[in-house]
Amino acid sequence: MDAARRPPAAAMAEQAARASYGRLVALVSARTRDIAAAEDALAEAFAAALAQWGEQGVPANPEAWLLTVARRAAGHQSARAATAARAEDVLALLAEEREDTETSPFGDERLALLFVCAHPAIDPDAQAPLMLQTVLGLDAARIAGAFLVSSTAMGQRLVRAKRKIRDAGIAFAVPDLAEAPQRLGGVLSAIYAAYGTAWDDTLGADTRLAGLRSEALFLARLTAELLPGEAEALGLLSLILHCEARQSARRAPDGTFVALHAQDPGLWSREMVAEAEAALRRAAAMASPGRFQTEAAIQSLHAHQRMTGERFTAPLARLYDVLAGFAPTTGVMVARAVAHAENGASGPALEQLHSMEGVSSYQPWWAALARVSWLAGDAEGAAAAAATAAGLSADPAIRTFLLGGGYRFAAASSGPDESR
Amino acid sequence: MQYVLLYNEIPEERAKGSDPAEAEAYWGGWMAYMGAMSQAGVLQGGNGLDVPETATTLRIANGTRHVADGPFADTKEALGGYAVIEVPDLDAALEWASRAPCAAAGSVEIRPVMPPPPGA
Repeated sequence: MDAARRPPAAAMAEQAARASYGRLVALVSARTRDIAAAEDALAEAFAAALAQWGEQGVPANPEAWLLTVARRAAGHQSARAATAARAEDVLALLAEEREDTETSPFGDERLALLFVCAHPAIDPDAQAPLMLQTVLGLDAARIAGAFLVSSTAMGQRLVRAKRKIRDAGIAFAVPDLAEAPQRLGGVLSAIYAAYGTAWDDTLGADTRLAGLRSEALFLARLTAELLPGEAEALGLLSLILHCEARQSARRAPDGTFVALHAQDPGLWSREMVAEAEAALRRAAAMASPGRFQTEAAIQSLHAHQRMTGERFTAPLARLYDVLAGFAPTTGVMVARAVAHAENGASGPALEQLHSMEGVSSYQPWWAALARVSWLAGDAEGAAAAAATAAGLSADPAIRTFLLGGGYRFAAASSGPDESR
Repeated sequence: MQYVLLYNEIPEERAKGSDPAEAEAYWGGWMAYMGAMSQAGVLQGGNGLDVPETATTLRIANGTRHVADGPFADTKEALGGYAVIEVPDLDAALEWASRAPCAAAGSVEIRPVMPPPPGA
């Protein structure tokens, strides 16, 4: 429905949902640790809002109104299933109500919720989806599409994760980051996974994925704001901003894929590049390097390479070595091999690629093999690898790009690639 | 588990197979896709099917045989081929389905192969 034609109550309820769903879930579930019950309670509250706001007008503080109604609904639910221990929680919950609604109730609860979602006891595959659902209120079917699993499977995954949080009594608190930096790593990785899922959709044809990109960016911004002293949170924000800045340059007007080396930097978002660079500088000042800062630094160098025409293939190869030290994932090792090949070491790069295991249906490995083989002078091997990479791609634009020989361009180290 | 992937194409996509300007990209996409499944060792079998206009449909109603030109259902999307794959679970089958060229220009239906009935 068109937003302008929507009744104000519905529009207000939706706006409140969008802006504060995660905070409301966090506040309602913080004490009971029951996210599913909190979501049910919020659903009741939103339904009540639609009915009541339409007749009686929108309250002065819609979020506080929703919180009160949701807490009451959650209280009723718990009371129905009450044990002595639970009843205490309910009393405490109701006691908090008055204090919270009078002042601004929204502090850092969302941060605690992010840490709950990325707790090591939660199935890693469920962490990013759980964040998207509990912090941003996305429904299971939409999340399932983004992560390419059936809606039923995603629904079950989310239900299991919420049950685990409730039954295992995972604390709704921000852990001591000095003691447990890997907990922050879990939060950042889950946000990155959400962004990466959407980023793969180069066509931007799937509007649901375009939404997911901005939602991941929202989560990265939120984390960096809530934890201003954490260099890696800023690193992730910088990394995502660098990628996001190039979004409109990744496609030609006819829909074909444009690789980074051929993009027009004039189409990049200047604001986002500037914000990305500022975040990376602030992170660097903290002298606490890490995986996401290194990845952001790599993207920063790529950006400078394209904007200035200067070549940074040697520092890029070195940065990938550093990155491999922080995060020797398959994706990083594949990208590192390409960076070395771009820097003139295609022989060792081929060896690196061929020494990797479990890559037979990993699309980036085949795309990398095509590029590195071509740089090593093996046109035939490159074409075969590119065909396999194309067959493994779910993106028509990437498929066309690979089958059309998009991997054939001069190495950045041998001259500006515009001359090709 | 074995799944059958049923590849449905919209007419515009199907027409590319015989359009000289588009045929190379069209068949190249399918060859690359089937090649990747074969390379990964998941492909058990499958075929491409000739265009729906070549179909003949038989049906027997009240003892009378009806033979008609064309496919059974006259829908916009038509079955263009199928593959039988062996993968661990539905998520893996979905991943292969998403890579089919017709996934973005039609649809892919994923059906588990039924185990033999008890006693068979």
